[in-house]
Amino acid sequence: MINQYEILETIRMIQNEKLDIRTITMGISLRDCCSEDSAKSCEKIYDKITKCAENLVKTGEDIEREFGIPIINKRISVTPISIIAESSKDADYIRFAKTMDRAAAETGVNFIGGYSALVHKGFTDGDRLFIKSIPFALSETERVCCSVNVATTRTGINMDAIKQMGTIIKETAQRTADKGGLGCAKLVVFANAVEDNPFMAGAFHGIGEPECVINVGVSGPGVVASALKKAKGADFGTVAETIKNTAFKITRMGQLVAREASSRLGVPFGIVDLSLAPTPEIGDSVARILEEMGLERCGTHGTTAALALLNDAVKKGGIMASSYVGGLSGAFIPVSEDEGMTEAVRCGALSIEKLEAMTCVCSVGLDMIAVPGDTPASTISAIIADEAAIGVINQKTTAVRIIPAPGMKEGDTVEFGGLLGSAVIMRVNKFSSEEFISRGGRIPAPLHSLKN
Amino acid sequence: MRAVITVIGYDRVGLIAGISAVLAESNVNILDISQTTMQDLFTMMMLVDLDGLNIDFSELKDRLESKGKELGVDVRIQREEIFKSMHRI
Repeated sequence: MINQYEILETIRMIQNEKLDIRTITMGISLRDCCSEDSAKSCEKIYDKITKCAENLVKTGEDIEREFGIPIINKRISVTPISIIAESSKDADYIRFAKTMDRAAAETGVNFIGGYSALVHKGFTDGDRLFIKSIPFALSETERVCCSVNVATTRTGINMDAIKQMGTIIKETAQRTADKGGLGCAKLVVFANAVEDNPFMAGAFHGIGEPECVINVGVSGPGVVASALKKAKGADFGTVAETIKNTAFKITRMGQLVAREASSRLGVPFGIVDLSLAPTPEIGDSVARILEEMGLERCGTHGTTAALALLNDAVKKGGIMASSYVGGLSGAFIPVSEDEGMTEAVRCGALSIEKLEAMTCVCSVGLDMIAVPGDTPASTISAIIADEAAIGVINQKTTAVRIIPAPGMKEGDTVEFGGLLGSAVIMRVNKFSSEEFISRGGRIPAPLHSLKN
Repeated sequence: MRAVITVIGYDRVGLIAGISAVLAESNVNILDISQTTMQDLFTMMMLVDLDGLNIDFSELKDRLESKGKELGVDVRIQREEIFKSMHRI
């Protein structure tokens, strides 16, 4: 009845290799919270969030205690707030951000996502007001996370939005300069954003989602790295098999916790997100997995191939372990949040250019990278445009979460603390993209047809 | 509801007796016990039935952990499903 090997393996994965559930995220629709009167709308939003998520944190803690698996974060995502707020007559949407912040504090979650807008083809009047409010919202709230979708494969790239986001990111950094530009760590610019992502800062509850849903994100880079240690020198077929087996086991944990949380909360189960999500802790790094495959440092030649193999094997292993897989599902490479990535930047192995190449083969994009505070807004926009192009052409999600750390220069270190870690300021190409970005307009949707 | 209790630490007199006493007080039935030595560490696993449990799960967990401290070993209690779901389809 007792299989000692299985029990000890599970305990070892949790205790020594930092296997955990990264997040249980409750998605809540706010589509019934619109009103011409913003005070009324905010009251509805607050009441709905605090009612739906009343038991979220407690349920997460109960499951953690009974199953003995750490659940690091309990979070909430809501309908993109620009859609709700634009019915109001307010000229700025700070009231909505503060309401989200209050509701998050009341329910005990550390982050709430969905201070968001979808502007991949163009802006509504509400979207324009929303975007202007971002620097204020992020500097005047603590738990609110923001995202803006600026491109999709079907519609092309909204270069006007990208141009504006360069300036918004700079302003956000300035308004949170006392914390190293921390506001930008809660601001994601997406191409092909997904509607059921449980991970912050880019989580929002998409408009095709149900009333309320539970999505779960697993973690476990340490478990994969440990498994690969045992396959030292083996060929790539064995490497892929080892990762698949490990990803299967990790995802089964996610599926169990997702089902349990969903039944206890009486909320439907949405998806398990298969992403390997690192933390700044030693032994919880995606970079170290790539190095375990035989690269001296993450970022050297071969890194893109190693990451491609990792990303694909994680999906293949995970997909059978869960009844519904979704979200971003791939390897994350947030530089400041990954101890190995931060070290790779520090020793000169990893550059923005290499990271950009890596984003072609893994989930998301240029994530949590810090650049000099005097980087022009147009350069930041151009970095976003490059990432959006990669996403749009390859029909995948890409994103940019970039921090132009005020007063900092290349090589300096900026500390964000906690799960956000610390970042070494990276080198940015000195040549201007100003004229390119100032053109504005839209880059048309790419050709994905002529298949006859 | 069933759970797995694992005890890991250096072997000594009274380990099984100490843990079993906590379980008996809480009306928990032991279904299976197995033990092994791994890298000098004594490892004991128990499969228990919690249907008759006369206290809260978290209370039982606390009592087992403090008994573990007293005996100088790590004691864990986890619902059986976590092991099943990870390794069995």
